Parts: sequence; C-alpha cells; structure tokens
Amino acid sequence: MWLNQFLLVGAALFCIGVYGVLARRNGVMVLMSIELILNAVNINLIAFGAFNGTIAGQVFALFVIAVAAAEVGVGLAIVLAIYRNRSTIDLETANLMKG
Amino acid sequence: MSPTLTFAAESGEAAVVTAGWLLRNAWIFPAIPFCSFLITLFFGKRLPQRGSPVGVAALALTFVLGLAAAGQWISYSNRSEDAAHAETEHALVGASAGTGESAAATAAEDDRGATTEEEDGEVHTQVGEAADEEEHASVAPVESTRTWWQSGGIHFEVGTLVDGLAIMMIFVVSLVSLLVHIYSTDYVHGDIRYTHYFAFLSLFTASMLGLIVSQGIVQFITCWELVGLCSFALIGHWWEEQANSDAALKAFLTNRVGDMGLLIGMIVLFFTAGDGRTFSIVSINQAVVSGTVSHTAMTVAALCLLAAVMSKSGQFFLHTWLPDAMAGPTPVSALIHAATMVVAGVYMVARLYPVFWDGLSIAGSSFNMMVLVGAVTTLVGGSLAFVQRDIKRVLAYSTVSQLGYMVMALGCGAWTAAVFHLFTHAFFKACLFLGSGSVSHACNHSFDMKKDMGGLRKRMPITHATFLIGTLALAGFPLFAGFWSKDEILAGTGGFNLAEGANGSYHVFLVIGLLTAGMTAAYMTRCYWLTFLGEWRGGHDHDTGHDTGHQPAMAVGAAVATGHDAHAAGGHDAHGHGEPHESGPRITGPLVVLATLTFLATFANIPEKFSFIPEGWRLRFEHYVEPRGDYFPTISHAEFAPAVAALSLAMAAIFSGVAIIYYRKVRAQGAYATELAHGPTTRNALAAAGYRVLENKFYLDWLYQGVIVAFIKGPLARGIDRFNQVVLDGIVDGAGINSRKAGDLLYRYVDQAVVDGAVNASGLGASETGGMLRRFQTGRIQQYAALMFGAAALLAGVLVIAVQ
Repeated sequence: MWLNQFLLVGAALFCIGVYGVLARRNGVMVLMSIELILNAVNINLIAFGAFNGTIAGQVFALFVIAVAAAEVGVGLAIVLAIYRNRSTIDLETANLMKG
Repeated sequence: MSPTLTFAAESGEAAVVTAGWLLRNAWIFPAIPFCSFLITLFFGKRLPQRGSPVGVAALALTFVLGLAAAGQWISYSNRSEDAAHAETEHALVGASAGTGESAAATAAEDDRGATTEEEDGEVHTQVGEAADEEEHASVAPVESTRTWWQSGGIHFEVGTLVDGLAIMMIFVVSLVSLLVHIYSTDYVHGDIRYTHYFAFLSLFTASMLGLIVSQGIVQFITCWELVGLCSFALIGHWWEEQANSDAALKAFLTNRVGDMGLLIGMIVLFFTAGDGRTFSIVSINQAVVSGTVSHTAMTVAALCLLAAVMSKSGQFFLHTWLPDAMAGPTPVSALIHAATMVVAGVYMVARLYPVFWDGLSIAGSSFNMMVLVGAVTTLVGGSLAFVQRDIKRVLAYSTVSQLGYMVMALGCGAWTAAVFHLFTHAFFKACLFLGSGSVSHACNHSFDMKKDMGGLRKRMPITHATFLIGTLALAGFPLFAGFWSKDEILAGTGGFNLAEGANGSYHVFLVIGLLTAGMTAAYMTRCYWLTFLGEWRGGHDHDTGHDTGHQPAMAVGAAVATGHDAHAAGGHDAHGHGEPHESGPRITGPLVVLATLTFLATFANIPEKFSFIPEGWRLRFEHYVEPRGDYFPTISHAEFAPAVAALSLAMAAIFSGVAIIYYRKVRAQGAYATELAHGPTTRNALAAAGYRVLENKFYLDWLYQGVIVAFIKGPLARGIDRFNQVVLDGIVDGAGINSRKAGDLLYRYVDQAVVDGAVNASGLGASETGGMLRRFQTGRIQQYAALMFGAAALLAGVLVIAVQ
C-alpha cells in the first residue's frame, strides 16, 4: 500500500522534470529539470529497494547521484561556453546543428 | 665426321695420311691480308709511305705461304695415292689368297709393281673393282672446322676446306694481288685516298681468299658479299665524279640481283642436300654425288645459283656492270677481272660442281642452261669489244667473253678445262689490264685509244712487249697459255666428235667457241693496233674533233671513259702533257712477271698425247687440281684434238688477218687515221645498223634504264600510288571512320546512358534521401529530447503490453 505513494511521487516528479526539459528555454532550467528526472528515478530505486528489503536500490541511487553531479558539471560548463559565445542561454537560438 | 677420318677408317691398316700444317690451317691465308687491312686502315697514315708497304708485305707473305701450301698439297696428294695404292695391293693379295686361282695375276701384278701407272691400270681392270680405286685414288680434301654457334641442333661451323682447286686459287689470287699491290704503289701514288685504297685492296684479297677456303655455305655467302662490298668501294674509289659513283652503285645493285639467287639456292641446298641439314660444302657434294638427293631440288638450286654466277661473273644478261666497273682505278680492274671478283662465280660452280652436274644433267643432257648462258655471253662480250674506244672497255668485254667460255666449259662438263682457263686467263688478263694502265699512265691518264694513243710501240718497249704477249695469249696463239686452255674447252664441248672423251656433244657450242676465238683475235688486233702502232695521236687535235662528235650514243660509257683516272693526275704527274714514255719499274716489273707466267702456265697442263714429254710432266694440272673422291662427280676428259686446235688457230689467224688488212687500209689514209672514212658502216645500211646495236650495247642498258626502271618509276609507280591512294587508304580511312562511328554509339548509348545513368542515379538517390531526412535535424535540442521521451514512452507502452 505505501509503495504506491512513493511511486506516484516519483512519477509526478518525472513528469515535472520532462515538462521542464521540453518546455523551458533557459539552459540552466533544463539542466535542473534533468536533475528532477534523475531524482524521480532515485525515489523509485530506493522505494523498490526498501520494498524488497535489499540495499541494492540505495547503492544504485548513490551511483545515480554521483553521475548526476558529474553531468551537471559538464552541462553547466557547456551552458557557460554557450553564454560566452552568444551572450544568451536560450536553447531556441542554439540550433547550429540544424540540417 | 671429317672426310680425312672417313678415309682412314676405310683404308683400315693403311697409314693415315696427314696433311701439312698450312693445309690444316688455311685460315691463315685470308687472315694475313685481313690483318693488313686493319693495320693499314687504322695506322696506315702514320706509317712510312702511307701504309702501302704493309699491304705489299702481307701479300708477299701470303704468296710465299701459298707456294708452300701448294708444295704441301702435292706431297699430301702423292702420299694419299700411295696409301690407296698400298691398300689396293693388300686387297689384291687377300683376294688371291682366298681364291687361289688368280695367283698368277697377283704375281704379274707384283712384278709390274714398279712400272708406270698406265700399265697398272691395264692389269687391274682384269682384277675388277679394286682397280678403279687405284686409277682414281681418291684424295680427301683437308677440312678443319670449328663450331661457331649452334642453334636447334644445327651446328654453324666455320672452317677451311683445302683441295687442289683451293690451292690453285690461293696461288692465283695471292700472286695477282701481290703484283697489283706493287703496281699500285706507283700507279695511284699521291692519290688523295692512297691509304684507304690499299686497305680496301687488302680486304678485297682477304675476302676472296676467305671465299676460296670456305668450308660451309654460310661462310661462303659471307665472303661472297664481302667481295661485292669491296668491289663497290674500289670501283667508286674516285667517287667525287658522278659517273664513278654511278658505276659502283650499278656494280653493287646488279650483283644484288644475283645474290638473291645465291641465297635461295643455298637455302635449297641446306634443306635438301645431305643427311639432315648441313652447311658443309663437302657433305653437300657427297650427298649429291651419292645420288640420294632429289633431282628436282638440285635443278632448282642449280638454276638459282646460276643467277648468282651470272651477276658475279658477268654473264649475259647481268654483265652490264662489268664494263662500267672500269671506272675504278686500273689495278683494281686487273684484280677484279683476273683474280678476285668475277672468277668468284666460276669458282662457285667449280666448287659445288656436283650440284650443277646433277641439277643441270651436265653429262646426260644434250643441252643445259649453263652452256647456253656461257655461249651467249661469250658471243655478246666478243662482239661488243669491237666498238669500244676505251682500251679498258675492250678488255672488260673480253673478260665477259672469256668468262662465258669458262661457264660454257663448265656446262659442257669440261671442268678441268674451265678451271685451267681461269688459271691462264688470270695471268694474261691481269697482264693486259696492268699494261693498259701503264699505257694510260703515259698518255695523260686517258684510256681513249682513238684519241690519245697510237705509236706507243717504240716509246714504251716493255709495256708493248708484255701487252703483245698478253694479246697473243688471249687471241689463242700457240706457245702461250691461252691457246692450250681454250683448246681444252673447245675439245671439251665434244662437237662433231673431233675430240675423244668429252662428256657431251655440243656441236653448236663448238661453232660458237670457234667463232669467239676468231673474234677475240680480231678485236685484240684492233686494240693492239690502235694502241701501239701508227703515230701517237695524243696532243693532236686534228683527228679527234669529229671523232668525239658521234660519241653520245655510248651514253654511260663516254663519261666514264674520259673521266676516270683523272684524279691521279694531280699528285705526281710532272710530265703533264709531254710525250709518252715508259713507266717506272714498279709498273713494268709486274708486267714482266705476268707475261712470263703467261708463257709458263702452258706447262701446267700439257696434253696426255704429247708422249715425247715425260709422264710426270703431263696433265699435272688435272692431276693435282681436279678433286678426286666421293665429293666430285666422275667426269671424263676430252683428249687434245689436233683438228680442234688447228681450227681454232685458223680462225684466230683469219680474223686477225682481216683486222690487219683493215688497219693497213686505214693507215693508208693517213698517219693519224683510226677508221676508214668510207668503211662498211657508212656504205651498208645493215652494217651501220649492226654497228649502232653494238655501240648501244645491244640496248641492254637502255632496256634496264629506259624500259624496266622507267616502267617501275612511271606507270608501275603511278599505279601503285593509285592503288595506295584508293584501295589501301580507302581501307584505312574506312576503318577509321567506322571505328569513330562505333565509338560514338558506344559513348552515347553505353557510356552516357548506362554507366553515367547508374552513377547519377545513385547520387541522386542519396541526395533525395538526405533531403527527406534533413527535416528531422532541426538542431533544437528540446525537440530531440521530445522525440527521445516519446520513443521511450512508446517503448514502455509496448513493453507493458508485451508483458501482459
């Protein structure tokens, strides 16, 4: 019964994150939304781990947090580089790869 | 296997007869003059007297060695006979011991062992086969060969073949060449190409000697061509004048015509004669003699080779180069006519006699090609000699005529007579040519008898005496060699059964021979008279003006007659236009030697019938020169016939008598007259026409130049040009046009449509696909993310459905 609440929270967080990734034009906001998605996944992992009585979910969540930290580092560096080049971090304008 | 070995094997225990060193190493004869050629050519100009002593010394050495070789050959020949004799004795003893019955005969044989050959022969005929062998005790030729290279199992050999014929030729060639060398040191003294001249004189001699000792036909052809090359170089010695250079070219090109025959004939011999393929002259001859060779093949070979003989030995109708070859220096003419060039053809017939014997059926037929060619030549040459003004041309046509005699004799089967005539002719013709050179040397280098000569008898006593001896020998008066050799030939024709032992009976050709003998006497009388009797006409203009007027008919000849030898005038001629006087010792010396030999050569072949002369002195020429053995056909020899001798002498006497009467009349007209003012040619239309024909040399040059060459240059060349333009060019152009059309079609339908179509289509396809796909590439990261999430949701949906 209590697992559902956690999964629902996770799903809600995921949806907010997806919305943020797709809808926000600010690069930093997009990165933050990705963090929301990752944390939604973390909640699920930990919930399932507690549900099954194993520690594997929590260990995996730790890995995700570590990878997410590295990802934010790289992501913010890219955003900073874009800002320096274009004086904006609006993702709508960053379409150099248009075919 | 060399014949020497065969001989030794056959004779069993009979001692092997070893030939002398010179006979086994006959390469030395061509080698010495060849070395002289190289030395003279490369170092001559730095040597004293510009190199001529080298040639003289080399030829002197060759001549001495030639004499030594002749001695060795006689010794070898005698020992071979002794060995055969001993073997026959042995066989006889064996046979009689076996039967017992013929013991008496053997005893008789033993008793008569030391008696003469004739009696031996009689005894042996009773015993049978063995007797033949002694009567014609075979003397193997001395062969030494070395393989040059081999290809496909065929050995190309070089080597030497020495027998009596070769020894005789070596003697003649080296002697005449030596005398010509000595003579030339004076004659061409001061010439611009003195050294070059001597170098080629030596090479000429070397090639002729190489031809003589050739062992195989390849070597023979090589030397044959070398002889032709040297004659070209020497005839054109004074090439600055167009006429001389033309004469050299004419000699060379005319000889090329015959050389084709030589090549073809030799190739036929190579493939048909002998067991398998052989180049060896002896093997070819043996095969032909043994009768294993197809007669047809031999006929073809003999006819082809006859073409070569016709060109080289100046036989009708390829003789036209020979008189023009007078453009060369006189000593060269002597060398060409007496020893080297023109006798090469006769020598080839003599050397390959079995081929001609079998191919032309010399003994069996009443008629053959060779005797006809010889007879026509001898008549043509003899008649043309009458109308020449140029003393050398008279002698040149005389050579043509005498060569015709030799070829006729060979065609009749009178081998020995022909070769003997070659031998004697070499001496008196060289004597006459060198004599004419001496005369022209004195007469301001002119050869024109009518214009510049006459009355030289007292002024040039030595030249006169030797020339007279040569004339008498050529005309066939007894005591001189020419009489005996000519008589042998006439007897050899066997006409009207006047002579016994001839191989055939050629009545017509005996008549032609006699006629020519008379003509020879007449034209030589004319020549002698115009040159030596009467008054000297040189330096006088009164008689020469109208003479040159009717001269242009002689076309080629006239230019040569006045042009040649003119170059020599510059160097040494201090006397210029002075009175003629006797030449120096280096010119008269050779003349005296040759005149003496003209007399001595008589004794080389004394007829068998002259029984007052010891046995060992008679028929020595026939005995040592004629090959005896399995490489030579068995020929019979015509006996000396007093009737024939008397007839030929009578002909000579009558004809020269007529000539003398004519010139006595001429002299009655005036001291400087050279012909009758109202002679037969002006009174009789037929005689005038005949004279015109002769003066135009039977229109042969006109035929060659005006008809054959003109036809080739004119209509034939134009026709071929048209053929070339229309047919050949048409084919080539058509091929070009059609291939261009084919290329065009290929380009349009295959290259453009198929190949380019495929390439363009693949490119276009890639471009189209790319155009469609580019719309997804917006570059907007959020769109990518949306796609990713959409796809993930889709996958998740699918997963959920699939799991359920």
